[in-house]
Amino acid sequence: MLNAARLHIIGRRLLQAIPVVVLSTFIVFGLLKLVPGDVAVTLAGDNASEQRIAEIRELYGLNQPFLLQYGSWLAKAVQGDLSNSLVSNEAVLTSIQRCLPHTLLIVALALFTALLIGVPLGIAAATKPGSWIDSIVMAIASLGVAVPNFWLGMLLVAFFSLQLNWLPATGAVAFTKDPWASLSHAILPALALASGGVAEVARQLRSSLVEILSSQQVRTLHAKGLPPSSILWRHGLKNVSVNLLTVISLLANRMLAATVVVEAVFAIPGMGGLIVNAAMHRDFPVVQGVVFTMVLIVVSLNLLTDILYSVLDPRIAT
Amino acid sequence: MTDVTTTTVAYRPRRMRRFVRWFVSDIRGAISLTFLLLLAVISILAPWISPYDPVAQDVNAALAPMSAEHWLGADDLGRDTLSRLIYGGVASLYASFLAVAIAVLIGVPVGILAGYLGGWVDTMISRVIDSFLSFPAIVLAIAVTGALGIGLTNGMISVGIVFAPQLARLVRARTLVVRHELYVDAARCFGGSTGRILWRHVLPNAIQPVIVQVTLLLAAALLAEASLSFLGLGIQPPDPSWGAMLARAYQNMEIAPEQMYPPGLAILFTALAYNTLGESLRAALDPTMKRN
Repeated sequence: MLNAARLHIIGRRLLQAIPVVVLSTFIVFGLLKLVPGDVAVTLAGDNASEQRIAEIRELYGLNQPFLLQYGSWLAKAVQGDLSNSLVSNEAVLTSIQRCLPHTLLIVALALFTALLIGVPLGIAAATKPGSWIDSIVMAIASLGVAVPNFWLGMLLVAFFSLQLNWLPATGAVAFTKDPWASLSHAILPALALASGGVAEVARQLRSSLVEILSSQQVRTLHAKGLPPSSILWRHGLKNVSVNLLTVISLLANRMLAATVVVEAVFAIPGMGGLIVNAAMHRDFPVVQGVVFTMVLIVVSLNLLTDILYSVLDPRIAT
Repeated sequence: MTDVTTTTVAYRPRRMRRFVRWFVSDIRGAISLTFLLLLAVISILAPWISPYDPVAQDVNAALAPMSAEHWLGADDLGRDTLSRLIYGGVASLYASFLAVAIAVLIGVPVGILAGYLGGWVDTMISRVIDSFLSFPAIVLAIAVTGALGIGLTNGMISVGIVFAPQLARLVRARTLVVRHELYVDAARCFGGSTGRILWRHVLPNAIQPVIVQVTLLLAAALLAEASLSFLGLGIQPPDPSWGAMLARAYQNMEIAPEQMYPPGLAILFTALAYNTLGESLRAALDPTMKRN
C-alpha cells in the first residue's frame, strides 16, 4: 500500500495543496477587506469617541498594512488560533468545533444515501440502455439535479414530520450523546441534501458503464461464455470505480455548500448557521474561520481522492 | 473540427433552417426553450398581467386558500401569491442573468488569455482557478455578501465571481486546442495582432462549450439566488423572489402548507428547463454526437 513511490506522490500533492490553501484564504481575506466603511467604526458602536475607535483599530491590528494583517492571521490560523468572534467574543475555533460535527454527520449520511440509491439506479439503467427503466432513471436524475435542496427538505418535513409524525422536524443531537436521536434528526436533512447526489451518481455510473459494456473487451468476455452478471460485477464495475471516485469527491464539495441552506430549513446548529449569522452581523473572523475550515476539508478530500486514484488505477503515477 | 469554421461564416437562411430542423427533432429541447421564452414574456408583461400589486397587503385575505379572487391563494400578510410569483420570476431571472453575465465577463477573457499566452501567466491563472474551485460555491457567496452588504445584486455579483473560474477553465482548455489550429497560425503569418487573433479566430471557435455551460450555469444561478434569498441574504422584503416566498411559506407551513408549492415548482421547472436546454444544445453543437 505505502511504498516509496506512493509516499513520493503524497508528498508532492501535499506541497501542491499548500499554495491552494494560502491563495484561497488570501482571496477571502481580500474580499472581506472590500467592506464599504471602516470596520473599526462599526465595531466601536454608536457615538464612540475618536479615542475608542483608535483603540479598537490598535486592538484588532486594523492600522497595519493589508499584507501584514493577512500574514499574522495566517500564522495564527495554522497554529489553530482563528481569533475571536466580534459579536460573542467566543474563540472561533471553539464555535467551529461545536458546529462542524453536525454538518459532517449530515454530509456523510447524504453521501452514503446518494451512493445507496444512485448506484443501483445507474446499474439498472446501464444494463438496459434505451429501455423504460433507463428512461425512468434518467428522468429521476434530471429532477434530482433541478430540485432545490431546501424545498425538498420542506416537503420532507411536511410529510414525514408533520403528517406522519415519524421523524423530528428540526434540531440536532450530538452523535456522542445519543447516536439514535442524532441519526433520527439527521435522516431528513441528509435525504434533502442527497437528491442532487443520487442524480449525479446514477448519471455518471450509467454513462461510464454503458461505454465499458459496449467495448471490445466486454464483447470478448461474452464470446468466452462468461455470464452477464459476472461481466458486470467483475469487469464493468471494477473499471468504473475511478469515475465513481471523481463523482464522490465532487459531490462532497457540493454538499458542503448545499448543507448551508438545508441546515437553515432544519434549524441545525452547524457550519451553515454559523456562517450565515456571521455574514449578517459582519462578524469577519467567524466568516474567515468557516471558509478556512471548509477549504481545508475540500483540499484534504481532493488529496485523499488523488491518493485513492493511484491505488485503484496503478497506471496513474503522476 | 474543420466543420467549425464553416458555421461561423454560415449565412442566415441556412441557420434558420438548421434551427427549425433542430426544434422539430428535439422535443425536450423545444419544450424547454418554449417554457423559458414564455417565462421571459410573462416577466416582461408582469405589470399588465399580474392581478394584484405584489406588495399590497390585505389582512382579510391572509393565508387565503386558492379561490377565484386569489388563484394561488395569499401569504400571511394577504399578498396575492400569483402576483408575487410573477414578480418573483422577474427578480429570479434578473438575478440569474446578472450572475452568469459576470461569470462570462470575468471567466471568458481570463480563460482565453491563460490558454493563448501559456507560460507563467497560464500557471498563475490556473493556480487561482484551482483555489477558487476548492471553495464550496455558496459559502463564498455568503462570505462576500456579508462584506459587500446584504442585497440581491451584491449576492448575485458574488455568485458570478464564484462561477467565473468554471468558465475560465473550460475556455482555457478549448483555447489550448484552438491556438494550434492552422487558421490561427495563418492569421499570425499575415501579421494579425494578438488582440485581433484572439477576437476574430480564437474566441469564435472556443465559444461553443461556453454556450452550453452558460445554459447550465443559469440553472445553478437560479438555485443560488433562491438559496440566498431563502436565507435572507438575497432579496430584501417586501420585494418578492421565489426563494424569499419559500422562506415565508415555510414559517406558515402548519397552517397553509399549499403555499410552498407554487414557488418551489416554479424553481424546479425553470431549473429543469435550463438544464434540459443545455443538454440539448450540447448534443446539437457537439460534432461527435451529431445524429443523422
